[in-house]
Amino acid sequence: MSAHAQAPETVGGARRVGRLEPAALAGVMSRDVVIFKRYWKATTFSSVVQPTIYLLAFGLGFGTLLKQIDHVKTIEYIATGTVATAVLFSSAFPGMFNTFIRWQFQRTYDAMLAAPVDVEELITAEVLWISLRAGVYGLAPLLVGIAFGLEPDPGMLLVPFIGFLTGFGFAAFGVVIAAVAKTIDNFNYVTSAVLTPMFLVAGTFFPISTLPAGLRTIAQINPLYHCVQLVRDASLGALGTADLGHAAVLLGFAVVMWRIAIWQLGKRLID
Amino acid sequence: MDWKTDAAGTATAAISLRGVVKRYGPIVAVNGLDLEVPPGICFGLLGPNGAGKSTTMRMLTAQALADEGTIRVLGYELPRESKQSRLEMGVVPQLDNLDVELTCRQILTVFARLYRVPRAERTLAVERALQLANLLPRADTIVRELSGGMRRRLLVGRGLIHKPRLVLLDEPTVGLDPQVRQELWSLIDGLRASGVTVLMSTHYIEEAERLADVVAVMSQGKIVAQGTPPELVLAHAGEQVLEVYGPPAQLAEASEIVARNGWQSRRSGPALAIMRAETLDGEAPQGVRRPANLEDAFVALTGEEIE
Ligand SMILES: Nc1ncnc2c1ncn2[C@@H]1O[C@H](COP(=O)(O)OP(=O)(O)OP(=O)(O)O)[C@@H](O)[C@H]1O
Ligand SMILES: [Mg+2]
Repeated sequence: MSAHAQAPETVGGARRVGRLEPAALAGVMSRDVVIFKRYWKATTFSSVVQPTIYLLAFGLGFGTLLKQIDHVKTIEYIATGTVATAVLFSSAFPGMFNTFIRWQFQRTYDAMLAAPVDVEELITAEVLWISLRAGVYGLAPLLVGIAFGLEPDPGMLLVPFIGFLTGFGFAAFGVVIAAVAKTIDNFNYVTSAVLTPMFLVAGTFFPISTLPAGLRTIAQINPLYHCVQLVRDASLGALGTADLGHAAVLLGFAVVMWRIAIWQLGKRLID
Repeated sequence: MDWKTDAAGTATAAISLRGVVKRYGPIVAVNGLDLEVPPGICFGLLGPNGAGKSTTMRMLTAQALADEGTIRVLGYELPRESKQSRLEMGVVPQLDNLDVELTCRQILTVFARLYRVPRAERTLAVERALQLANLLPRADTIVRELSGGMRRRLLVGRGLIHKPRLVLLDEPTVGLDPQVRQELWSLIDGLRASGVTVLMSTHYIEEAERLADVVAVMSQGKIVAQGTPPELVLAHAGEQVLEVYGPPAQLAEASEIVARNGWQSRRSGPALAIMRAETLDGEAPQGVRRPANLEDAFVALTGEEIE
């Protein structure tokens, strides 16, 4: 170690830091970008293969039985439903696992919070990054669907934004789970008791109108249901006023989960 | 022992804690701590395991919130203005929290951003930190593949990437080989020489003695004594120590004499060390006199042996 003299004046001296600073968000996200550059091939591979399997399985399975589901061509129904599941899994899981690992095992968050970054910025940046990724990768099932004969529609250009909004809520939900779970094994409860039913009871692969009334009500408060509806309407050129309601639910879910994530993880990061 | 009078009026303290209490459930980790670190010095915090040194450090970055008392860092009031103070200070934690998946250069680049080093200066800041940490040849090695000492050095480089004017070092030389420890010592010396304030916690008496202008001895969450190393030695161990060697029976006899006279002593390896040997009268047992050192003072103050 060389004892180079340090200039006593600071780099930032006169600079005042504020709340939710873009520079802090960019700093936290720059780490995510570095990691992503290393793993993007695996991420891209799985996000393409998964919808392909769904489309093949459901398409070849149901497709031969049913030409249409809920007045929509089977391929259209399954491809748009798969967008929602892709968004759900690519946001809730990283929200849970990345947060827990970086917080508890790697202590990355501890290191960052000693720098001029606060809990609100840290969590916002992490959730923002996950949801940006979820928005982009949410397009993969549509591209695969197009390869299987799905008709492209200009409304599909809205899908990344819908994926982003939905992903934001579910990534923040994942952070909340990471904050309250005592161990990483407890994630299994959430995966099997919350996420799996959520992804099935959302009009992803079969319409919720086929469900008994009680489940149908539950489906309607499931944010993923609103994501599915929005994606389907946008992709199939059927946007209407009801979609404003779906968007409002997703927005509300995102904001509420974001604040709970900051509150819950914040009180554990700062003791 | 009064550096406060020297510094009074010349500048505001770099760090100031008043009546700080921090509890973890039933444990009182910090118990009414008063601490004043004047700017531009190297301040050593010496204390046994569990004394509350790391908890104090975490409160200075507002990663732990005090239950009672007030804390000011670089003139900013904590926790309200903590982000501002963190911008101007660097931290080297006791526990390694490096990103194992990243290379040295990547970690330093991320932290240069977090510390708001302007884009145009970032590459240079990273190079400088790599050089400081002696890691230029390993710049693109992934942290997982570094040795413990290299990781420690990278932690130091990371904490200095933005040329902070205050540096918190929590046991900076733990696990370093003697040569690297020497190098880190000269780095800390260099920091202080250039006007950076250093607050360093340590277990190593020698480290405190060599580096710190002022040493505070911490025990059970409070400062029990404070001063320059020679002042502390003189005040708590006297000028000389008498070391009595011999078989257990002889030592027991010596202990009895010590107790009868109300002298202060401690076991030091195989010997019995009697403080303030210069004041002992004719009844003193046979032994070897040596100058008192900071370790004697530390043990006298905390009642604990140190490695
Ligand atoms: N997050 C925590 N939860 C519960 N107790 C804690 C926590 N952090 C510290 N403590 C307790 O507070 C006390 C002081 O711990 P601290 O880490 O500050 O000591 P230290 O002086 O740094 O010790 P060492 O020299 O071993 O690093 C200890 O009893 C410790 O168990
Ligand atoms: Mg400690």
